[in-house]
Amino acid sequence: MTEPGPPPEPEQSPKPPPAPEPGQGPKPHPATGPGQGTEPGTFAARFDMKQRAGGIAVPIVTVLIAFFMGGVVVAATQHSVHKALLAYRDIFNGAGLNWIFHPTTTILDPTTHLTHLPSYNLSQTLLQTTTLILTGLAVAFAFRAGLFNIGGQGQYFVGIIVANWVGVSFATMSTAPHIVLAVVAATLAGAAWAGIAGVLKATVGAHEVISTIMLNWIAFYVGYWIFGDGGPLQNSTEPFVPVSNDVAHSAQLPVFWGAQGFQGLDIGIFIALGALATFWVLLNRTTLGYEVRAVGFNPDAAAYGGISVKKNIIRAMAISGAFAGLAGAVDMLGYLYHYAQGDFAFSQVGFLGIAVALLGRNTALGTLLSALLFGALLFGTTHGLNSGSVIQPTLASNLTYIIMGLVVLFAGANVLVLYVWNAPRRWLRRRAKAPTDTAEQPA
Amino acid sequence: MTTWAARLENPISSRLRDPAATGYAGIFLGAFAAFLAIPPIEARAIYWSIFVGLVAAILGVWTVSRGRRRIGWGAVAAGLLGIGLGILATRSSVGNLNAAFDATLIAQSLGVATPLVFAAMGGIFSERSGVVNIGLEGMMLMGAFWGLYGADKGGTWVVGLLVAAAAGGLLALVYAFFAIHLRADQIVGGTGVNFLALGITGYFFVQLYNNAPVQNGVPLIPNVNFLSGSHFFGAAIGGLSILTWASFALVILTFIVLFKTPLGLRIRACGEHPRAADTVGIDVYAIRYGCVVLSGILAALGGIYLSIGPQANGTFIFNITAGKGFIALAAVIFGNWRPAGAFAAALLFGFSSALALRLQVYSPQASALFQVLPYVLTLVAVAGVIGRTEAPAADGKPYAKQ
Repeated sequence: MTEPGPPPEPEQSPKPPPAPEPGQGPKPHPATGPGQGTEPGTFAARFDMKQRAGGIAVPIVTVLIAFFMGGVVVAATQHSVHKALLAYRDIFNGAGLNWIFHPTTTILDPTTHLTHLPSYNLSQTLLQTTTLILTGLAVAFAFRAGLFNIGGQGQYFVGIIVANWVGVSFATMSTAPHIVLAVVAATLAGAAWAGIAGVLKATVGAHEVISTIMLNWIAFYVGYWIFGDGGPLQNSTEPFVPVSNDVAHSAQLPVFWGAQGFQGLDIGIFIALGALATFWVLLNRTTLGYEVRAVGFNPDAAAYGGISVKKNIIRAMAISGAFAGLAGAVDMLGYLYHYAQGDFAFSQVGFLGIAVALLGRNTALGTLLSALLFGALLFGTTHGLNSGSVIQPTLASNLTYIIMGLVVLFAGANVLVLYVWNAPRRWLRRRAKAPTDTAEQPA
Repeated sequence: MTTWAARLENPISSRLRDPAATGYAGIFLGAFAAFLAIPPIEARAIYWSIFVGLVAAILGVWTVSRGRRRIGWGAVAAGLLGIGLGILATRSSVGNLNAAFDATLIAQSLGVATPLVFAAMGGIFSERSGVVNIGLEGMMLMGAFWGLYGADKGGTWVVGLLVAAAAGGLLALVYAFFAIHLRADQIVGGTGVNFLALGITGYFFVQLYNNAPVQNGVPLIPNVNFLSGSHFFGAAIGGLSILTWASFALVILTFIVLFKTPLGLRIRACGEHPRAADTVGIDVYAIRYGCVVLSGILAALGGIYLSIGPQANGTFIFNITAGKGFIALAAVIFGNWRPAGAFAAALLFGFSSALALRLQVYSPQASALFQVLPYVLTLVAVAGVIGRTEAPAADGKPYAKQ
């Protein structure tokens, strides 16, 4: 939480340290009280202080604003505030979060053989969370190097394709090596796919946003061709169905909650948690991470300090793509097992990763929490949502995008969020000493 | 700064002295080598393509020897590529060739390029004033959906245009507030705007049209029919949409406004050095707001072509733009932030997209693979085969008023 959010911050004028305002008494910890009256003069200093002070405040307020505005849309179109609240309750239940009220139930009742919805929904939410942690890490890692990897979707597709290919082939291998082989191959493929954008950025200066978007579409259509009719990896038993073969049993990740083959929760979530730890160690405890962060903070200063900016751009993009490729592998080997041509058009997990990373302020812990939120939102508004609820799943799934868009929009505008966050205190203060105080301005 | 009069007196000699001229000639000849083997010329003897391609390559080598390495090697590559494509074309059957390359290919290319040209001109205005607009995609999407809704409810396509422009402008206004006043990171803010547009259009599409992809009876944007469709020009440009013709005019208008008027000078000043512009009394925020909102309006007018344009028949589906806004953005960069360059890039994308659809006659199985062509070309173009591009100096940098 000590780092500021997305590195490509608006270029501020030189940032003086946030000195306490004279006459207010010593306030050594700005983090303890954002906007408590210690406001240094320049905008940049105030902004800098709020960046650190708002470590948790900004994401929370961002989420609240986004959910509130999403609720306004629902209330306006359904002509009822009550229905909007009910819709959020249905989404909460759809995500299986009501499981906490009866946590002892298993997914499948051994006597009645009926699935318990809350536990089943929660397991599905956690499956989505697993993917989002990894695609979120992909975006976050690039952000820490000052790069915007918008190509998580394409790198995820490449991971899906390679994991399927390796998982379907080599069916005679034993389980552990087969899984490791498929996961490593998909991860490397994702790294290579993102590495293309990194190399282009480092050598000829092609902007990574444009090149990764183009790589997304190239991966999309290549996948469309590979799994489509007559494609090289299309189903070998049913030649007219545009879907891939199923991954061999030896390459399927073991399921520990729910049933294998019925989208039970697999050990992929531990792989994702391991990736989170790797992300933290890599960034904060290794030379590589130090160099990557230095390039992200200020490429010129990093170059002056003897750090190769080009090398680190390529490295950061490749590692970023590795996370997204791993996400594809974990999905394919964990619960999908096969991929249809039509699935390419519906998958948005790579793009959701952007919202996850930005809301999580590109930190490991933040990514975990926001992946949980978006995983719940993603499943709770689609398959988990009861069709008898006040808001239809087709409608609610779009609500996810509205909330996601607002989150990303506000994540880039900390100033506004903090302005809202501090509004009550500012109001109180102004009432206390009305004539002398000057209200702070967002811009 | 040479005046127009001076340029007219000495029109070509200074350009010819530049070694880049031979490079560009080589690139042109390389393209011509491939063009020889396809209709309407359709030379079936391979020698013509090889000869012209070799001339292109020699011109390229000459350019390299005169110091313009990048363009020279580009000409060499174009020459060799022209020979390769020419050989491929002479090997394929005449029937397939005629099916893939006919006059309607031109019409289709222009049709695909039309929304891109609108969005790209919007992007040029926005970026020339110093605001990167990744949100073009979302603004196109707003135009596509709300234009359809406006035309449907208003009963005429003109209402559709107005509603689309209003929706795109409104979203752009939101983005402008975040990018200019709140000084949010523009790439992140633009991405947020894209998601927001995706959610809003998707939500209201379900709410208002219940996910039905085609709305029958929606008034469409009319075509301009002025030549009979039988001969070459009739098929190529005789039945283009009003919007396509408007896009040609827009390119010229953008050029005149940006480079021949005081307002254009102010816009470019805000994009190059906002502080200096502020010092001489230009309201940087007002200019930037105006340009971003204009870019949203133009992008939305491009987007409406996808929903009630001539080929669209009142179609809307979730995420109908499918990355076209980003292609337009790439066209802006490829075109070096100039209207003519961006127009050429949009045409290149339009041509490769239209060609990709036609190449299906060769292999229906690989048809999805051909769709990759425009994206690969854009990637190659952005990677800078033609030459390094130079963005406005303050592009993407928020400006804080003093």
